[in-house]
Amino acid sequence: MQTAFILQAAQAVNDAILAHESEIESLDREIGDGDHYINMKRGCATIVGMRDELATLSPDNALQKIGMKLLSTIGGASGPLVASFFMAMGKAAKEQGADNLQQIATAFSAGVDAIKARGKADVGEKTMLDVLIPVATAFREMTAAGTDRATVLCALKETAEKGMLTTRNMMPTKGRAAFLGERAIGHIDAGAKSSQVMICAVCDLALKS
Amino acid sequence: MKKFINQIDDLLAESLTGFGAAHRDIVSVHLDPNYLVRASKAQNKVALISGGGSGHEPLHSGFVGYGMLDAACPGHVFTSPTPDQMLTAAEAAESGKGVLFIVKNYAGDVMNFEMAAEMLPFEHATVITSDDVAVENSTYTTGRRGVAGTVIVEKCVGSLAETGADLAACKALGDKVNSRTASMGVALTSCTVPAAGRPTFDIEHHELEMGVGIHGEPGRRREKMRTADEIVTDLVSAILEDLKPAPGSEVLLMVNGFTGTPLMELYVLYNSAAKLLEAKGLKISRSLVGDYVTSLEMAGASITVCLLDNEIRRHWDSPVHTVALRWGK
Repeated sequence: MQTAFILQAAQAVNDAILAHESEIESLDREIGDGDHYINMKRGCATIVGMRDELATLSPDNALQKIGMKLLSTIGGASGPLVASFFMAMGKAAKEQGADNLQQIATAFSAGVDAIKARGKADVGEKTMLDVLIPVATAFREMTAAGTDRATVLCALKETAEKGMLTTRNMMPTKGRAAFLGERAIGHIDAGAKSSQVMICAVCDLALKS
Repeated sequence: MKKFINQIDDLLAESLTGFGAAHRDIVSVHLDPNYLVRASKAQNKVALISGGGSGHEPLHSGFVGYGMLDAACPGHVFTSPTPDQMLTAAEAAESGKGVLFIVKNYAGDVMNFEMAAEMLPFEHATVITSDDVAVENSTYTTGRRGVAGTVIVEKCVGSLAETGADLAACKALGDKVNSRTASMGVALTSCTVPAAGRPTFDIEHHELEMGVGIHGEPGRRREKMRTADEIVTDLVSAILEDLKPAPGSEVLLMVNGFTGTPLMELYVLYNSAAKLLEAKGLKISRSLVGDYVTSLEMAGASITVCLLDNEIRRHWDSPVHTVALRWGK
């Protein structure tokens, strides 16, 4: 994974978040507090704006820098979670490299583990982890099995979509929606939706390049 | 949306700058990262730092000053502030006896303060407020929210810290006040986050949201509008069910407006709540009525009861000189 790809991915994620504004906003208004889209947009715009600075860094340093910047930019619950993801992914990339798909899968999983630890949450709690954990697992397993790149990327998109949809019938136990209890059943989690949107944007980019 | 705004992105900075200019005798405002400290730094005491999303004013900026907070970190509207704000505020406010964070129990606030605490070069502790009884407490959930009772925690710990008490004592008093305080709120209208531009939730003219949080996040249930007495009965029952005060207990009764409800109606709620508490044999010896922990322009209010003892009463009564609370000095 080159720094150039990280920059392209940041742009693709930014564009995808903007394109899904009304969907993410209305999901968050239904069972959250209406700030998720604004916070994600602010984070994306900040990283896209750091393009020149990031371009001079190695991929692992770029990921860590993105994490630190997001920590001081996003705020809310997503800030520390997203920041922890990038900082842990950058750290893993530094330790074991991120040259091939299997290493990237390991680094991605380290990022997801950091979100689990920071948010003290796991799969089944109606959060972004219902997308991220299955995607990390599939990513690791398929790359370890030597599955070809295009198949892996398409499978990750499907896994993300499936994970996002599973949040609809879940009872929330973490995050702002948890205050609603049963009333949140029937609504997709906004964090799961934005995670799916971002994963699909990066996979589509990788499929094209 | 009809709000007083120049540019939406400048709203917070302009509001903070205005706050600093209006109250320069009490606070000093710093931007980027955003934080407020006392105009004159207190020495040789535990530095009390709180913070949270903006839109709840006067919480927390209005409680910076003698007898309460040393610093506050305002986030974007309804969004937790970030660790760099807390670290910079701590650098500015710390005076040799450590830092106590007072944090409302919301996932974002807790995580951001937690990350700041991990990076803090000072002795530190955290009090997490969780007075909202609308949310069932369970090991499987994030737990109860911190709402209006946070003001009572900040006031009492602020008083103790002024005496030069150490970090452990301040933390212990904060936890004690929190455990003896319970709140519940009700919303009559929604609020509009300026950057979102439309109401956070839809509510009909004849409806109310029972157990609403301070961000307009829904509460226990949606109901038909009822009389003030009926609404207060539900709020007070939930609070007393949680606190289980012994008959004869002495309490502080706080009626907190979310902004859109006139003071006249807040006193209707106070009257109603006071009658109920007295009928249960409780002695209301202290009160606070007004808009202290607000929710942008939302109409609605919360009721808070704090079980007093000699220590809490003494710290509640002690002098305080902040923008929003000022007495005895």
